[in-house]
Amino acid sequence: MAAPVVPASATPRTPALDATTGLTKLASYPFQVLTFVDENGYPVSVALEAAVDVASGSATFSAPAGFAVPSGIDVSLTGSHIRPQPGYGYDERRHVTVWGRAATDGDQVTFRAARAWGWDEAEVPFFEYSERSLGQSKKYFDALSAERGTPVKPKLSFGWLALRTTRLPFLSATIVPVVLGIVIAARQGSFDLLTAVLTVIGSAFVQLGLNVANDVFDSVQGADEANVTPTQYSGGSRVIQYGLVSFRQMAGLATGFYVAAGLIGLLLLALRGSPALLFIGVAGFIVSIGYTAPPLKFVYRGLGEIAVAVGFGPLMLLGAYVVQTRGALSWEPLVASLPIALLVMLILYVNEIPDRRGDARVGKRTLPVRLSKPTVIAGYRTAAIAAYVILVAGVALGVLPIPALLALLTIPLALQVSRGLEPNYDNPYGLMAIMGVNVKVHLYAGLLLLAGYAVVLILGALAPSVSLFIGR
Amino acid sequence: MSTLPDPVEQLLEAALVGELTVVDGSGHPVTYPLIPLYDGEKIYLTSSTLFSRKLEHIKANPKVSLSITDPVAVDGRTDRVTIQGDARIIEEDPHGGWERLLPIWEKKEPSIVYFLKARVALPLFFERSLIEITPSRALYWPDGNAATAPTTTVVGKAAA
Repeated sequence: MAAPVVPASATPRTPALDATTGLTKLASYPFQVLTFVDENGYPVSVALEAAVDVASGSATFSAPAGFAVPSGIDVSLTGSHIRPQPGYGYDERRHVTVWGRAATDGDQVTFRAARAWGWDEAEVPFFEYSERSLGQSKKYFDALSAERGTPVKPKLSFGWLALRTTRLPFLSATIVPVVLGIVIAARQGSFDLLTAVLTVIGSAFVQLGLNVANDVFDSVQGADEANVTPTQYSGGSRVIQYGLVSFRQMAGLATGFYVAAGLIGLLLLALRGSPALLFIGVAGFIVSIGYTAPPLKFVYRGLGEIAVAVGFGPLMLLGAYVVQTRGALSWEPLVASLPIALLVMLILYVNEIPDRRGDARVGKRTLPVRLSKPTVIAGYRTAAIAAYVILVAGVALGVLPIPALLALLTIPLALQVSRGLEPNYDNPYGLMAIMGVNVKVHLYAGLLLLAGYAVVLILGALAPSVSLFIGR
Repeated sequence: MSTLPDPVEQLLEAALVGELTVVDGSGHPVTYPLIPLYDGEKIYLTSSTLFSRKLEHIKANPKVSLSITDPVAVDGRTDRVTIQGDARIIEEDPHGGWERLLPIWEKKEPSIVYFLKARVALPLFFERSLIEITPSRALYWPDGNAATAPTTTVVGKAAA
């Protein structure tokens, strides 16, 4: 696989201001700073109050005492603002500079605007401004490397780098279904500690491989470069874009994780082999690698949500289950996997909302790219309701134990997400808190399902005659 | 030791933000709002590699100025100053070299310590170079009014 050639200018920069917009902004500041380069070559700045006339593209002000404002060279007027926040620092950062030529007539100076530049964090949030400036950082390190004759790269401590590169906290998406599959098998009388541990480790490697491979293939296809509003939960690890890890290192890491997962899979087949396990294992690898990798590229074809639901729902849960049961299947793990599948799909679904503009630019046709805002929000509600309805139906039909209903305790969190989507839909950083809650919906629902099964196991040991399944 | 006038030193120590102006390759002034950090002799500013265009300009032309003009940023003081000088870039260790100025920075922006602990969230912001300014001339407006000519101090020499 060839490393992507990403020019320093690939990341879209903050749009330039035209002179008229710059003057309009400049007029909003209580004073302006006139700056020019003096006869010794040093900049001189003088604060004054200019009368800005946007219509004529000019500003006038009294000539500052003690200076001759040059007329043959560009001078600038700058406005700058912060709001001090004692004990914290400051906020409300904005500034604008307008360049042009000045003409002095008596004690009056007329400034004619030609071009402008500035930043207002209310218009371009700081994190987005930073992402839009990645090309400048790369240029800086390239120049420093050339100057020193040795590569100079940005750094992070190993622990933070490992966490960021692998997106380790998202492993809950794997741990929940795998442990649930093992626990359901144990409730049915099948449990083997060694293969249970191997299953958890192998599944974790699959997800880590997926996480890293996702960054590799999104970089190849330009999706991560095009995304200027990544968040803690979306937009990938960005270690390639930040220059923290090379493309080649990431490709090697993904390969390593998949090889490790494959070896453990083969070991599990040797120890507890069954046609069902072989089928699930192969399907799991195809879904995992094909998520972003050509030729399948599920997520680019609008199938990413389904792939994640299938992969982190039935495949993970049933895979862990059949390892323990040596291939025997039943309805219980399948039904238990469906709410988990829907809730994990909703993690991806909501995380795709802030990425949708960048994704659209590179043809990554996720559901939030293809659907309107009302439809996306309705889609969230429908899928969340479906998850809870399946859970209740599973219990009512006697497939799942009554304590599984504990997972319904996450409904208020799902409601919080549902209500938070509308006001934060176009604000990636406001949506970040909602995405955090959404991750908790899946995690807590999974943990509560496990708690429900723990109740079943304990009661089964203490009072074997008492059934916690309706109709049994 | 610096021979900057006392009020100028007080402004430097109080200012949450100042305007650094550099000269670009075309000879135009380019102004960047930054936090001035003063150690009693030199003026320091830090720049993330993300916003390092100013460093390129300084490497090509070290003549710079730093202005403190906003009363809001200096706790209501109305005096103003522009300090001219020569700048050099200190970039031996962009990852951590700038942290020697953290105690001065923290006094002005206490939240920076919190953000530094979470540098994993925005690692490139904390890859920084230092801009060290050796002051050569200070233009000081006691009343902040441009209608009055500033008092000029040539650093190391008597006031003009």
